[in-house]
Amino acid sequence: MSASTSDYDIDTFHLAEEPHHAEGSSTMLGFWLYLMSDCLIFAMLFATYGVLGTSYAGGPGPKQLFELPLVAVNTAMLLFSSITYGFAMLAMTNGKVRQTQLWLFVTALFGMAFISIELYEFANLIHEGATPQKSAFLSSFFTLVATHGLHVTFGLIWLFTLMVQIQVKGLIPANQRRLMCLSLFWHFLDVIWIGVFTFVYLLGMLR
Amino acid sequence: MASTMQASPLNVSPILGRFTLESLPLHEPIVVATFCGVALGGIALLSALTYFKLWGYLWKEWFTSVDHKKIGIMYMILGIVMLLRGFSDAIMMRAQQAMAFGNEGYLNAHHYDQVFTAHGVIMIFFVAMPFVTGLMNYVVPLQIGARDVSFPFLNNFSFWMTTAGAVIIMMSLFVGEFAQTGWLAMPPLSGIGYSPGVGVDYYIWSLQIAGVGTLLSGVNLIATIVKMRAPGMTMMKMPIFCWTALCTNILIVAAFPVLTAVLALLSLDRYVDTAFFTNTLGGNPMMYVNLIWIWGHPEVYILILPMFGVFSEVTSTFSGKRIFGYTSMVYATMVITLLAYLVWLHHFFTMGSGASVNSFFGITTMIISIPTGAKIFNWLFTMYRGRVRFELPMMWTIAFMITFTIGGMTGVLLAVPPADFVLHNSLFLVAHFHNVIIGGVVFGAFAGINYWWPKAFGFRLNDFWGKVSFWCWVVGFYLAFMPLYVLGLMGVTRRLRTFDDPSLQIWFIIAGIGALLIAAGIGAMLLQFAVSIRDREKLRDTTGDPWNGRTLEWATSSPPPDYNFAFTPVIHQGDAWADMKTRGYERPTTGFKDIHMPSNTGSGVILAGLCVAFGVGMIWYVWWLAAVSFVAILGVSIGHTFIYKRDYYIPKATVAAKEDARTAALAEAKA
Repeated sequence: MSASTSDYDIDTFHLAEEPHHAEGSSTMLGFWLYLMSDCLIFAMLFATYGVLGTSYAGGPGPKQLFELPLVAVNTAMLLFSSITYGFAMLAMTNGKVRQTQLWLFVTALFGMAFISIELYEFANLIHEGATPQKSAFLSSFFTLVATHGLHVTFGLIWLFTLMVQIQVKGLIPANQRRLMCLSLFWHFLDVIWIGVFTFVYLLGMLR
Repeated sequence: MASTMQASPLNVSPILGRFTLESLPLHEPIVVATFCGVALGGIALLSALTYFKLWGYLWKEWFTSVDHKKIGIMYMILGIVMLLRGFSDAIMMRAQQAMAFGNEGYLNAHHYDQVFTAHGVIMIFFVAMPFVTGLMNYVVPLQIGARDVSFPFLNNFSFWMTTAGAVIIMMSLFVGEFAQTGWLAMPPLSGIGYSPGVGVDYYIWSLQIAGVGTLLSGVNLIATIVKMRAPGMTMMKMPIFCWTALCTNILIVAAFPVLTAVLALLSLDRYVDTAFFTNTLGGNPMMYVNLIWIWGHPEVYILILPMFGVFSEVTSTFSGKRIFGYTSMVYATMVITLLAYLVWLHHFFTMGSGASVNSFFGITTMIISIPTGAKIFNWLFTMYRGRVRFELPMMWTIAFMITFTIGGMTGVLLAVPPADFVLHNSLFLVAHFHNVIIGGVVFGAFAGINYWWPKAFGFRLNDFWGKVSFWCWVVGFYLAFMPLYVLGLMGVTRRLRTFDDPSLQIWFIIAGIGALLIAAGIGAMLLQFAVSIRDREKLRDTTGDPWNGRTLEWATSSPPPDYNFAFTPVIHQGDAWADMKTRGYERPTTGFKDIHMPSNTGSGVILAGLCVAFGVGMIWYVWWLAAVSFVAILGVSIGHTFIYKRDYYIPKATVAAKEDARTAALAEAKA
């Protein structure tokens, strides 16, 4: 613990000028920490599905219920929305407001398509009598997938809020930071979905 | 109450949900009397605030404040208020168990079961957690030489969410009922079939709402410690308290989401009839037990680690030496942080997971005693050949070292699976965890309060009443809990309301006397606060450094100005303030600059208030209230994001005026 490692003169005990902390310099770290905590919620739901995923209680299992082509289309919607969000971020870096807004809107369309298809799938399942109350497998399936869906829905609300804010304030640093946070959030949901697609749908069909 | 609670869904009114006049416990004289007392006290307090026109002051200076120091103090007040509630529950249980031999005692089963559940929940979530968070909030930014935390609004919001949880749990005392399940609400008992009333729903929503606050304050403090340290303060030059705060907050961020998830699953089981933890349809109640302890075990380290930090600061200050083995202290803290996640199954060895699994968790549990033991030796070696001053914080520290070591040893006993099969759920276990939580967390909070009070308010605490409180607490603790070890070894299980064997009664009477002594200790502490506030001019400390402290918080005035430090300090060594003092640091008296600060906001109070409304709507099935308040929460949150101007500058003239006043006070103190 020698003082020689310090960049400051040994007899300097305080800064003469105010240090310049860039506004929101901790935001990305803070948001990332929040995302990791959210990731743990999903980890718990995956673990729950892992334990209960074969408890059909005499009811239907994945093979009878899942329609892979529909889920594949849905996965494509979410993946496309991530790409278009990436384009929005590129436009943001170039300072192009209209282009950013346009790509954000396209992202929102893909997001809404994803939610609609998911709701359609849920409606079908419930119509067939495969409700969350039917078995522990269905309880954990609906909870995991719907929690992801709720996250996407909140992402959409956030996205529209941000579009209004960009319209009003432009691409000021605060808005850029918010776009970066939403970007992390959106891609994070993509990663979670890949987990859902693999472990719930694909492995479910193999069982 | 229980019978009236079993309203079938058909009895849910669209306006009041399942609330009826019968939900009010009017036939419970104890509850009615308590309500009258609380109502009278509350009315007196509210009228006093109105009469002295304090509402505006409270709102502007405290409720909407984003100042980490004020938020820290508010957390401590919340903890102390809830301690009174939690302790009332404790003394009711002690009285019941001391008298209920061959008779029913004075509490019926329905009431008694709520009392022990509420006691556990309140003491952990609304006493220990606010103490821990309050100390970290107050001290960490000062110790790292920062002006505030990374996210000041979030800090205010976190505090109010914790308070919202406390408000909901207090409501359950007078409106409806609380859970009768024990503090972890294990299914299937906590399922809708066996707990159809509002009790478990009070439990769920109170913890969910407070949990949001805890999680966000965890994120906040990690970011603060990582990003806001003063120039020159590398990680290994941080005070030990900051290290323990960092590890605690990592634990919070990595554990509380598990609680959120498992309570959400329990809610789904209760509200929409899913089959996660049911005995039927493939559900698995033991999964709840696993999940809740995956949160629950790290939780106990969330409580104790910051207190280890407090004891380190206190030992070092009052021995007049650097902490012995700083590096080993840091690594011990990190090892405990990691191991906290590898021991959860020792809470239910009796689940029947087999010899290999039980051995694994038994051994990891025993390993935790190694870093903890290292810490104890570090404190002892810090005292060795130091000039130890036996001031109140140091007295609490020594009481901790002795008490916690005993609690630790009974913990290692319980970690042996075959022994645990005998002692599981016995009073031996109850004695063990009170031994470590009171001996560790509560004593730590009191050491911290006595140590940092002069910093927070500018005057010391009265010594006489502090010592009365100390001796009542310490002796009371041993009287109250050592008999429980004996009873546990004799086979008495926890949560019993009545007993048949008269030979056990004497031990319960001794425990009851211990509880009365602790009550005297709490009373003496409140008196200590009152007397100290009365005599504040006599106890005044103008130096800002009454204990000859070693860390940065003692470098500024007491109480510190809003901006903490007029100039951002530069750090060269651990124990920065001790270093500054030995090398003849001169406090700057000119050249002040404008200081950039975050501004106050009412959004936190409003959002937390809406969350209470949402919780009440969900608990009582008042769906319109839940829906309206949910939409309002969304609306206010979105509205808050449209506020872009969140900061202001303290003009240098103001800074200069404050600093000149301090220069004058220091000169006067010297003269």
